[in-house]
Amino acid sequence: MFEALADAAAFGLLGLDPSTPAGAAVQFFVMDVAKIFVLLFVVIYVMGLLRAVVAPERVRAFVRGRPDWQARGLAVSLGAITPFCSCSSVPLFIGFVEAGIPLGVTFSFLIASPMINEVAAIVLVGILGWKLAALYVLAGLFVAWTGGVIMKRLRPERWVEDYVWKIRMGDAELPAPDTSFAGRHRYAMGEVREIVGRIWKWVLIGIGVGALFHGFVPAAWVSEYLGGDNWYTVPAAVVLGIPLYSNATGVIPVAEAMLGKGVAVGTTLALMMSVAALSLPEMLILRKVIRWPALALFASVLAIAFTLVGWGFNAIA
Amino acid sequence: MKQIKVLGSGCRNCEITANVIAQAAREAGTEVVIEKVTDIVEIMSYGVMSTPGVVVDGRLVHAGGIPAPELVRTWVRESVSE
Repeated sequence: MFEALADAAAFGLLGLDPSTPAGAAVQFFVMDVAKIFVLLFVVIYVMGLLRAVVAPERVRAFVRGRPDWQARGLAVSLGAITPFCSCSSVPLFIGFVEAGIPLGVTFSFLIASPMINEVAAIVLVGILGWKLAALYVLAGLFVAWTGGVIMKRLRPERWVEDYVWKIRMGDAELPAPDTSFAGRHRYAMGEVREIVGRIWKWVLIGIGVGALFHGFVPAAWVSEYLGGDNWYTVPAAVVLGIPLYSNATGVIPVAEAMLGKGVAVGTTLALMMSVAALSLPEMLILRKVIRWPALALFASVLAIAFTLVGWGFNAIA
Repeated sequence: MKQIKVLGSGCRNCEITANVIAQAAREAGTEVVIEKVTDIVEIMSYGVMSTPGVVVDGRLVHAGGIPAPELVRTWVRESVSE
């Protein structure tokens, strides 16, 4: 259905030739815009209806006071279903510290939350199939778990700003949510408006980049330089992804175009994770609570983890 | 007069939230004082981790995201204190 629509728009309406780069790029763009936005609306609405999101305040209450491995398991899995915008990282970090949750567990949560979310996971299934979606989610959970364990070893407490330890947090008594159907519907519509309003730019940019890659980058060039044989393509993808930021959903069409041209799976996953989880704006925000050495270590640990994951998948692919 | 605080580090959603409340108050003809709280120590003292949060007359009524217009209207209605 989406393909027919895209064919009609690119080749019928605009009269482009499917064999030209512009024709292929426009067809890709129209198809992905239609497909991804329909998926986004449906998935976010259904999630909202089920109230399948967990507020960070509840994560904090669940995780506090548990032994390390349990706390980490909860932080990683709840991180995957807890949406939070990066402007909330600071209160989130402080709230976890104040609850006595170990910093290593907090880092696990900070890695998992932007990288994996249920909306991106379902869009990933729709665009790239469940196998790749499962690979991405498993790799993300693994990196979040081990990244937090390694951060703990590096004793990041040394670099936490002093004022953070002194903050005392009140108890939030949030009003109970309205669970009637009308209330759920209203909440779900609000979620759609809020989330789509926040991420549509990233998604459009991602589709644009994917479309250009799909139309204009020759497959022969890709297999020569970006196939699985060159060891340096994975670290290069990770380094390229660090300054770039996009929402986890926005990076999916880029991955789609890359895989379609024959870029190795591990290289593609490494870029996806690096773009979604590591970003300069996020680092600048976290700088308010923790000093540069810890942030540099955090970025390095993640970059190394993404590289190893990428190499691993390229080796078994 | 109602004292409404918008808790948030100054991100865009906090601005929007403050504007939504100001407009609802004008429409309801209620006099409100809206204060934007950007101090993280004070934000945390309300137990809020996901911003923006909203405090009406000292009571936390909302946290995380822009509140729905229906909800905002109940805050600015004169008799809502309980």
